[in-house]
Amino acid sequence: MLSRVADSLYWMSRYIERAENNARIAEVNLQMLLDLTNQHEADPKQQWDPIISSLEENELFASLYPTPDGKAVLDFVSLQKKNPNSIVSCLTRARENARTTSEQISSEMWEQINRLYLFAKSDTAKKLIRASPYEFFKRVITGSHLFQGITDATMTHGEGWDFIRVGKLLERADCTSRILDIKYHILLPSGETVGGNVDTIQWMSVLRSCSALEAYRKIYFGQVAPWKVAEFIILHSAFPRSIRFCVDYFDAALHNISGSAETKYANEAERLAGRLRYDLDYATIGDIFKFGLHEYLEQIQDRIAEIDHAIHATYCAESDVAAIATD
Amino acid sequence: MGDFFSDYQVGDFFDEMFAEPGVARPHYSKLLARFKEMERDEFERKRALAASTFLSQGVTFTVYNDDQGTERIFPFDLLPRIIPADEWYKIERGLVQRITALNLFLHDIYHEQNILRDGVIPKSIVWEAAHFRPEFMHFDVPRNVYIHICGTDLIRDKEGTYLVLEDNARCPSGVSYVIENRQSMKRTFPSLLSQYRVRPVEDYSQELLNVLRYIAPRAQREPTIVLLTPGVHNSAYFEHSFLARSMGIEIVEGRDLVAQGGKVFMRTTKGHQQVDVIYRRINDDFLDPQVFRKDSGLGVPGLVEAYRDGNVSLANSIGTGIADDKAVYHFVPEMIRYYLSEDALLPNVPTYLASVKEDLAYILEHIPELVVKAVDESGGYGMLVGPQATKAECEKFKEKVRKNPRNYIAQPTIALSRAPSFCDDSMQGRHVDLRPFILYGEKVTIIPGGLTRVALREGSLVVNSSQGGGSKDTWVLENGGA
Repeated sequence: MLSRVADSLYWMSRYIERAENNARIAEVNLQMLLDLTNQHEADPKQQWDPIISSLEENELFASLYPTPDGKAVLDFVSLQKKNPNSIVSCLTRARENARTTSEQISSEMWEQINRLYLFAKSDTAKKLIRASPYEFFKRVITGSHLFQGITDATMTHGEGWDFIRVGKLLERADCTSRILDIKYHILLPSGETVGGNVDTIQWMSVLRSCSALEAYRKIYFGQVAPWKVAEFIILHSAFPRSIRFCVDYFDAALHNISGSAETKYANEAERLAGRLRYDLDYATIGDIFKFGLHEYLEQIQDRIAEIDHAIHATYCAESDVAAIATD
Repeated sequence: MGDFFSDYQVGDFFDEMFAEPGVARPHYSKLLARFKEMERDEFERKRALAASTFLSQGVTFTVYNDDQGTERIFPFDLLPRIIPADEWYKIERGLVQRITALNLFLHDIYHEQNILRDGVIPKSIVWEAAHFRPEFMHFDVPRNVYIHICGTDLIRDKEGTYLVLEDNARCPSGVSYVIENRQSMKRTFPSLLSQYRVRPVEDYSQELLNVLRYIAPRAQREPTIVLLTPGVHNSAYFEHSFLARSMGIEIVEGRDLVAQGGKVFMRTTKGHQQVDVIYRRINDDFLDPQVFRKDSGLGVPGLVEAYRDGNVSLANSIGTGIADDKAVYHFVPEMIRYYLSEDALLPNVPTYLASVKEDLAYILEHIPELVVKAVDESGGYGMLVGPQATKAECEKFKEKVRKNPRNYIAQPTIALSRAPSFCDDSMQGRHVDLRPFILYGEKVTIIPGGLTRVALREGSLVVNSSQGGGSKDTWVLENGGA
């Protein structure tokens, strides 16, 4: 497969996943805001700040919106073209990548990504984000799910498909760590205690962002405690949005691409992915909290970024391609 | 009922559908009957369905008039253009004759140049042509085929006679619309299509792949064939990816290829893979910065060397632009007589060459009645339509022609035939042309019909998509298929 095409498939997949996760974060925060305003005089700025922080775009946000209220945040995360990580920007880039590879992906995949993009750019979307933002986010999330289903059902499960999986899972691991980290940035309103009502609602929101609330309840029988939520979201081996699950599976997909055994590594990307995988296999939530949850999540994000660089260097960069070609 | 044709004006033109007001030609009678029974809102639904399918499939071209580039669908008119079997048979024979002669001409021009020595075509016409490549004199192209894909534009005059307007022998585009338009008609008018016996067009990609295989340099293994595109921002990108997908070949950009030791490779995740045949949708000028334009970022340094070494084949060959030079065009009927000892089956439009003294005088005097074209341009660029131009525009063009006569030709304004098209809520006559696609490999293959382009602006004679043109599906009927 062409190196450029592999790169485009990988990024197409990452951007769709990122659009979906940003929709998840925004949607859940909207709900949380409703829950809280019923009980407290919540400060909306305080409420939305963590989201902007999790996107690492505080300065850009401040420069675009003089009054940083809920409306501004909604616009910023969904339709703002100047925000490189807004939903519409992600979908635009996903589609551009799909366009340059449209002879590699199935036409059903292309049509779905194109439809989703056209929706996000439409006047309908603009009206929806004002009238019923919940519905807007739902459509983005469902659109992404549909794309994943179509991908699995219509594309040959070969090298290209593996690059798509690597992109999706790597992005998802990164996004999940950021969603969990949002809780770190949220300050409890004064007078509220850790483990109290508001704290619990916030942790439940984190779970809901990852579609994990129901799955969590089946295992922990309803009791929402911070370390259990963190344990589930970071370390659960079978929940498809947990960090560990995502790392397991993108490591496997990387080995599929190179054809090397899962216990060995054939390139730097596999070495780094394998090491992260086994660290997560043997980690306990106690260790993680002792290290500091926020610090731990930041470290995961850094390691994912390193893996991303290594994938690019292994499969897509000019010099490395020539190096592989010699054997 | 919808009453679509009650106000239809045939006008002073050859009308594709109506022999005279209210009387449809025999091969259009079923179509007319179908429209007589159709309600307005049914037609509107069909139009909406066609448009939304094109949009969601991304069958679009990009117009750059704001910071983002807007994507537009190429307007599609739901009324098909129908060509009876015997009419198509004549067109097909004429096109085969023409491509055969053009190919013999290219071989001759790049070898002995007999046709120049015998004085059939003036030497200067060839040597001064912008697209003549003297660097390739005495170079033998694979299988001796120069133009593998040709798009020849046909028009009909007042009497309905088919005339050749121009040949596109470099990188003709539009064939993807032929196939997509048919798909769209299958969805919107399934029963009408089945009432006619329409010849299929879907095997174009297979035939094209056969041509590309045929010219591969080495027969011993399955050749690696790629389509070389200028990139996703090119206005024909949809077509490039459509063709690559339907042939099952890779679509590559210049940066995906590398030439080493007289061979061309593509950069893959598993290292370099050798490429045997390149269907290039990039003009000669941009192919190889070492040989042609130095500033080209689209091409591949060293590609031409690999081509010369016979390690990679190109479709179309380098240097075919001389065959669609508009001054050379004038001589195609003579070419056919010279190489094939036959008369041209499809006549040319009468052409005045500004490089010929008497012609120049005529052009300057009659410019308001003429269509003046730059010889090395295509796509509706560099031309003046006299009857629709202002006095100042005519004067400006006169000056250009005087300064550089070799670069201009002129033709009388032909009253192109019209076909009913749905515009502003009613059926109106609009001018059309026809671009059949001719493939030349082991044999010459022409998919039945081609792209019917329609000038949707009232009175306009310019059918190019950049100038408000649209398209129609073209139905070539089986014998007795009406």
